[in-house]
Amino acid sequence: MVMSHDDVFETVGRPLLSDGRIKISCRNVNVYYGNKHAIKDVSVDIAEKEVTAFIGPSGCGKSTFLRCINRMNDTIKDCRFEGNITIDGENIYDKNMDPVLLRARIGMVFQKPNPFPKSIYKNVAYGPSIHGLARNKSELDEIVITSLERAGLFNEVKDQLDHPGTSLSGGQQQRLCIARAISVHPEIILMDEPCSALDPIATAKIEELIDELRQNYTIIIVTHSMQQAARVSQRTAFFHLGSLVEVDDTNTIFVNPEHKLTQDYITGRYG
Amino acid sequence: MNNLSLLLVVIVLSVAGYYLGRKRSVDVVRGEIRHLHSLPGYYGLFVALWCGLPALVVLAVWIASQTSVITSLVVSGLPPDFRSLPGEQLSLVINDIRNIADGTIVSGTRDQALYAAAKHYNRLKVTGFLAILAVILSICIAGLGLSKRHIAPSMRARVKVERTITVLMVLCSTVAIFTTVGIVLSVLFESIRFFNQIPITDFLFGLEWSPQMAIRADQVGAAGSFGIAPLLTGTLMISGIAMLVAVPIGLMSAIYMSEYATDRVRTVAKPVLEILAGIPTVVYGFFAALTVAPFLRDIGAGMGLDVSSESALAAGLVMGIMIIPFISSLSDDVINAVPQSLRDGSMGIGATKSETVVKVVLPAALPGIVGSILLGVSRAIGETMIVVMAAGLTANLTANPLNAVTTFTVQIVTLLIGDQEFDSPKTLAAFALGLVLFIMTLCLNIIALYVVRRYREQYE
Amino acid sequence: MNRAELNSHEDRLQLIKSKLKWRYAKENIFRVSGIIAILLAVSMLAILFISIIGSGYTAFQQTFIRLDIKFDQDVIDPDNKKEPEALSQADYSALVKTALSKMFPDVSDRRERRDLYSIVSSGAAFELRDMIMGNPALIGTTQQVWFPADDDVDMYIKGHIQVEAEGSGRIKESTVQWINALTESKSLKKRFNTTLFTGGDSREPEIAGIWGAVVGSFYTMIVTLALSFPLGVATAVYLEEFAPKNIWTDIVEVNINNLAAVPSIVFGLLGLAVFLNFFGLPRSAPIVGGLVLTLMTLPTIIIASRASLLAVPPSIREGALGVGASRMQSVLHHVLPLALPGMLTGTIIGMARALGETAPLLMIGMVAFIVDIPTGVFDKATVLPVQIYLWADSPERAFVERTSATIMVLLAFLLIMNALAVILRKKFERRW
Repeated sequence: MVMSHDDVFETVGRPLLSDGRIKISCRNVNVYYGNKHAIKDVSVDIAEKEVTAFIGPSGCGKSTFLRCINRMNDTIKDCRFEGNITIDGENIYDKNMDPVLLRARIGMVFQKPNPFPKSIYKNVAYGPSIHGLARNKSELDEIVITSLERAGLFNEVKDQLDHPGTSLSGGQQQRLCIARAISVHPEIILMDEPCSALDPIATAKIEELIDELRQNYTIIIVTHSMQQAARVSQRTAFFHLGSLVEVDDTNTIFVNPEHKLTQDYITGRYG
Repeated sequence: MNNLSLLLVVIVLSVAGYYLGRKRSVDVVRGEIRHLHSLPGYYGLFVALWCGLPALVVLAVWIASQTSVITSLVVSGLPPDFRSLPGEQLSLVINDIRNIADGTIVSGTRDQALYAAAKHYNRLKVTGFLAILAVILSICIAGLGLSKRHIAPSMRARVKVERTITVLMVLCSTVAIFTTVGIVLSVLFESIRFFNQIPITDFLFGLEWSPQMAIRADQVGAAGSFGIAPLLTGTLMISGIAMLVAVPIGLMSAIYMSEYATDRVRTVAKPVLEILAGIPTVVYGFFAALTVAPFLRDIGAGMGLDVSSESALAAGLVMGIMIIPFISSLSDDVINAVPQSLRDGSMGIGATKSETVVKVVLPAALPGIVGSILLGVSRAIGETMIVVMAAGLTANLTANPLNAVTTFTVQIVTLLIGDQEFDSPKTLAAFALGLVLFIMTLCLNIIALYVVRRYREQYE
Repeated sequence: MNRAELNSHEDRLQLIKSKLKWRYAKENIFRVSGIIAILLAVSMLAILFISIIGSGYTAFQQTFIRLDIKFDQDVIDPDNKKEPEALSQADYSALVKTALSKMFPDVSDRRERRDLYSIVSSGAAFELRDMIMGNPALIGTTQQVWFPADDDVDMYIKGHIQVEAEGSGRIKESTVQWINALTESKSLKKRFNTTLFTGGDSREPEIAGIWGAVVGSFYTMIVTLALSFPLGVATAVYLEEFAPKNIWTDIVEVNINNLAAVPSIVFGLLGLAVFLNFFGLPRSAPIVGGLVLTLMTLPTIIIASRASLLAVPPSIREGALGVGASRMQSVLHHVLPLALPGMLTGTIIGMARALGETAPLLMIGMVAFIVDIPTGVFDKATVLPVQIYLWADSPERAFVERTSATIMVLLAFLLIMNALAVILRKKFERRW
């Protein structure tokens, strides 16, 4: 299959939601890195308190799109954004929208576990203390402990809160990063291939955690692994060469994809 | 020029050896090169090395010892009343002899003995040259002949040549070791001679430094005092002022360059810092003395303060400017070594850029930054020209940066410039100061290099 | 989402929002202080350049005075010997004095006369001697000759010194009148100062030049380059390509890194104790300066060379070894040529640093006052930065501008060398 980079696909499936569960809605999003057209006219709705998975071959723009949602692309030079993204109806690219405030509402977990070279306690306390969420030490303690508990890490580290975060195992580090992300009580958590650096057991734990977190948070997860998408997500979006090819309930995508490309990708014919 | 011509002789003979050896190897197998163990060129190199290397070693030894050998021969030929002269006067006489021998006119001394000695000196020089020429020629030719005879198809010329080159490279790499050993020995040796005359406790704990030795032994205050306390405080004060200037400016510009600056700012600011780093210290010294010190004095006068024209402040300020690029380029490296993922993690949680820098990037880079600051301190302590030109000569034990203070390096320079008698405590004191300086900077360097190295390993 | 949680979300955002203003203020302070730091660095460089160029550009011009010199046979060669020896011994300053007296016949007072004679450089006599020695046929003729004015006159013309009350300054009212008269008769003008570039050092600023120092620097650099480049490259190649990883090579490495940070003056002490006192090499000679600077520059060259060897990908080595080359051949024929530009860049940077180095050379006596231009590496010599130091120490006002001019020349050399290094790096930069 030969395709030029300028092909834009019409999104098939159910990109837009009609019920009242819309948390994030993206309309006609285009992103350019210098001359490169990285995201091409993507429109999609993300449902509240649900896990949405972004899948697709590498370089398809799914991470770039994810980083649009908390405006992390702002920090990258010659990255240009066009279009419209709203959270609870609020345009996040509005002039009055503060990126700091936005990011306090949206947690992010990265591909490689990136705990700060500080103690476990300080890693989790970092967010609350920069935002001034705790009035005193005991409030901060409480936030740290709840966050660690929610990330399913507290029991493993409760005796070594003053040890450096980097001393933990890979899976523990990633859960520490999740604890750090939820310490400021975000509404949305973005996960950029959170398990790609982990072994299967650690991956299983994280997936379990994601399933639990969905009770309280809207989660978007970018993943390479279709199995993972199938296991943890309720909705799945398939990206290809910067276009959003197909979005639908995970079951539909995996059992009965509409687009030929999606089908080829799911069945492992390329990717 | 004599030595140069000797060197040329050796080179010419070696080149000849190369071609002879090469030809010989081809002849030995009657042109069937595949019968040779190595390519013919290696046989050529083999002969050239045997021809040239020993001769070069002999030549180097000769050049190093030539002057002292001839001088001692000339001295032993002098009349007894000259030979019994004390050291420094004898060296003056020798200087006169050399000048007469070179044909430059000397005023005053018209002693016949000196002219005779000068003639003797010139004769010896010619004899020495001819002798060494003969020695070198014979060594070259012997090496050439012997090694040429060795050439046989089975000889592993390549292996031998490569082994020789390896040995040469190993020798080169030991130069660094010998330099350190040389520094330690030369400084230590003279310092021990100094401490034989001045007790080490006086040196380390004395509060007064005035090395002006009396001209006549019976003069008042003949002893001079050698306490380094005022030098130490002076050095630390100037270095401290320098670091107060260099660390904030250097660190902040490194942070700005790596975290905030647009490409345009960077293309302007980076060369500026590089130019600052490339300016010779003597230029900074002149700048301090010409512009900064008078400026500070005028400002001080305007505020009713008495600022010395050789104030520690002026020297320290300019030294700080000199160290800015040092701190900024080292810190820039260290800050850039902090993984981007840490910045992303912090920004992703809603931290502002400065919060990210102050609370995540800097703590992560701290060991490296501390290392670069330590290296900066070590450089400040050892910096010479700025303080020689802009700081004072007299040792004041003071904490006022507006006063003139002096440093280790200033004292080393003043003690050693000009005529020196090599056995006086005044001259030897310079080496003792050198020893202190070396130890101080060595400690700082080792700690700094260790810290930086550990830091690098952490993120590699 | 239940009501309570929604509230707490809203509350939390309000809390964060309430602190945002203060946080952004801090952010701005931080960013602005970064800008200030860079501006400070830039402005310091600017001030330095402005003050040096401002005080030095006038040195490229020198005031000259035209005199009608009568080459009087009675003064130069009364016995008509025409021998060079006799000609060189003659009292040429008398010719200058005569010419001056003729120009200002009303000056009679002895003290005034002395002042009058001193408006022309004391080097004038030597200039006349050289003229006659070069062309004895001039004897008996009258020639118009331009002489450099005395440094005080020059400084007055350039406006660096003023006449002060009751004659306390360096220049007097009477001298100013003569200067005015000379200017009116077009016998005084400023010309390009060639002496500054062609002359050796002198106690008289108006005939002092930097050529001796330039040549001394040249010889010193030649020695440094000839020793440090082969030594540095050989060491780097050995450590990077051949050396086994053991205690010995560790020691060598630590040593090199440490030597790079040893104060330069300590190298001077080493040179004094070892090269001068132990080996008895001549004081003040470029050979010793070169040796000391070699030891100083070596670490820089070794570190740069190792970095550029490290940048050559292992595949090159493996490729050469794979076709049956020995390790030495693979390094000499394949790795070294690729690493050479990087090594050269490092060497040029090291040499630039050596060219600006002063302190260690003071220790080995290159600070002596040397008038003659050195002709070899064993001659007594000084170097450019030391010349700067020497002139900066001189009390004459005219040396200030000459010091600044010398600094400009030195900086120009350094700029050229660094530009060369940058070009070399750009041209041969290769990414694998």
